[in-house]
Amino acid sequence: MLKIIDLHASVEDKAILKGINLEINAGEVHAIMGPNGSGKSTLASVIAGKEDYEVTQGEILFENESILELAPEDRAHKGVFLSFQYPTEIPGVSVTNFMKTAINETRKARGLEDMPANEMLKMIREKSEMLEIDRKFLSRSLNEGFSGGEKKRNEIFQLAMLEPKLAILDETDSGLDIDALRIVASGVNKLKSKENAVIVITHYQRLLDHIVPDFVHVMFEGRIVKSGGKELAHELEEKGYDWIKEEVNA
Amino acid sequence: MELKEKLIASFMAFENLVDIDSPVHDLRSEAIKEFETLGFPSRRDEAWKYTSLKSILKHDYSVFPKSENHIDYNDIKKYFIHDIDTYKIVFIDGKYSSHLSETTHDGVDVCLMSSALSNPKYRAIIENYFNKVASKDGLSSLNTAFSQEGAYIHIPKNKSVAKPIQIVHFSTGNEAALMLQPRNLIVVDENSHVQIIERHQSLTENPVLTNSVTEIFADKRAIVDYYKIQNDNENASLIDSTFINQKQESCATVHTFSFGGKLTRNNLNFYQNGERIDSTLKGTTIIGDKQHVDHNTLVHHIEPNCESHQDYKGIFDDNSTGVFNGKVLVDRKAQKTNAFQANNNILLSDKASINTKPQLEIFADDVKCSHGCTIGQLDESAMFYMRSRGIPEKEAKALLMYAFSNNVLSSVKIPEIKQRITNIIAKKLGVNIGFDL
Repeated sequence: MLKIIDLHASVEDKAILKGINLEINAGEVHAIMGPNGSGKSTLASVIAGKEDYEVTQGEILFENESILELAPEDRAHKGVFLSFQYPTEIPGVSVTNFMKTAINETRKARGLEDMPANEMLKMIREKSEMLEIDRKFLSRSLNEGFSGGEKKRNEIFQLAMLEPKLAILDETDSGLDIDALRIVASGVNKLKSKENAVIVITHYQRLLDHIVPDFVHVMFEGRIVKSGGKELAHELEEKGYDWIKEEVNA
Repeated sequence: MELKEKLIASFMAFENLVDIDSPVHDLRSEAIKEFETLGFPSRRDEAWKYTSLKSILKHDYSVFPKSENHIDYNDIKKYFIHDIDTYKIVFIDGKYSSHLSETTHDGVDVCLMSSALSNPKYRAIIENYFNKVASKDGLSSLNTAFSQEGAYIHIPKNKSVAKPIQIVHFSTGNEAALMLQPRNLIVVDENSHVQIIERHQSLTENPVLTNSVTEIFADKRAIVDYYKIQNDNENASLIDSTFINQKQESCATVHTFSFGGKLTRNNLNFYQNGERIDSTLKGTTIIGDKQHVDHNTLVHHIEPNCESHQDYKGIFDDNSTGVFNGKVLVDRKAQKTNAFQANNNILLSDKASINTKPQLEIFADDVKCSHGCTIGQLDESAMFYMRSRGIPEKEAKALLMYAFSNNVLSSVKIPEIKQRITNIIAKKLGVNIGFDL
């Protein structure tokens, strides 16, 4: 589904990604771990199409087509979704209106009619119940005054509404208490299928206890320096990142 | 001949044309002298530092309205709020158009300034109110000197006017260049309520300069809701001076929607002559090209326990320029005043600019006054966030701008106006909005 080949990216001439190779197939869950500043969030943003980053080398293929030249919205229409580490507050736009616009614009791009209002309402009700989101919350301005946990839950609500092929969760666990973590993780698990894939970016093992990865990758200084199965995450939890750094530097 | 000289020279002929026995004859004569002394404002005047009239005063304007030009209602229907029943006072090239208007004398007077000035029945009101709150600056004096036509609205005690009133001025290009001097008088007596919509619309590419003066008197507990829709073409300029005198517990709100015109200057002045008065000034400006919109506001708190709320939002694209100069004056006597002012702006292009200047002069010691102004670009992180959810750039921009101007629209009480403004904004941004506010 996603194939990243020798990806280099920089921001203001500072190289951040220095040759990433990664292949993700439908039905798989990949975890990307690594110390702060290793380039995890940059990788997520570059896949989603953030224009602040310049791709200087390499390729990103999504379903065998290059997406590097595509605008963020076009990537979204193809089925790429990024759950933000720090979701932006947008005063004056309600969660519901935002979702309606996002869904109908995506449908338009795919040559479909607007979703009928009753169908939309039903979907909103189902997905918000799944994530234990209060109905009142949906008429509030998007992310404005939301607690850290509410923001993250709202990200997963959007994920559930948009049903993407590839979901990238950028530190979705930060700012979540144990209960919220469980709700969010079970939401993601319910959405998982043979047709879609998930990238979980995290510092910690605890989210991976709930969303169990098939592969774990460790990023360090802009590269993936180690890959393995879910046991690698446990090893990192126990030993920290220092041994990885030593291995790389050796 | 310079425009100033031409106007002064034309005054005698004008006075002979209109009724010399009118109670305002002396006022007109004084006013033309005032204009002769003061002339047009220039950038040397502090209040006009960022707005130059030079380019619009250079035309050889015709200053006398000629005979009424016929316009078919269907051609101009779109300029009216036409999906609700309203009274209409309509002028074409400065002349009253009876076939487009719907006036009334049934319990309330919604009619013409020219008839109010000549009919003895209205003499008392004219003597008590005409030119009593308008300032004596050059432009207002010029308007007073040539005041002849406009709207005359008198709402007696305890009346709520059933329908909104639309005051619409059209110019047709009959003249190579036309100057208009509409004059409105609105008197709202105790416990009465009126809703007014005002619009100036040029139907031609020929230059038009409108120098409009409106005086509003809101008596005790009166409610006045005033909407100014400014969406004119690129050859039409408007200088609007509105003066509102409020008495105790009255509530006056003016919304100014500035979406177009070559140069638009709004002088909006509130005088609070009583206690527990509420004054609200709201504005949304969305312009581009080389357009210029200048909001110059004054709220004068004279008595204790009053409130004022000012909220102006501006979005400027291309080479457009904006000015906000908001003055709040709190007299020593006006304790417990609550005055709020905000001016927020977004610049969409490197060449667009806004000059914003809050001016607070407070002589009382127990007051709550706040002001804030911001100038920024569209929030890039919000743009990326929305686009990553599949909302295209244009729609994301529109959504952000809607959100930005939402505050101002939320206080519009007539749903059809809200809808109309929403449509104008959507059209300006070139998008189809699939959501409602």
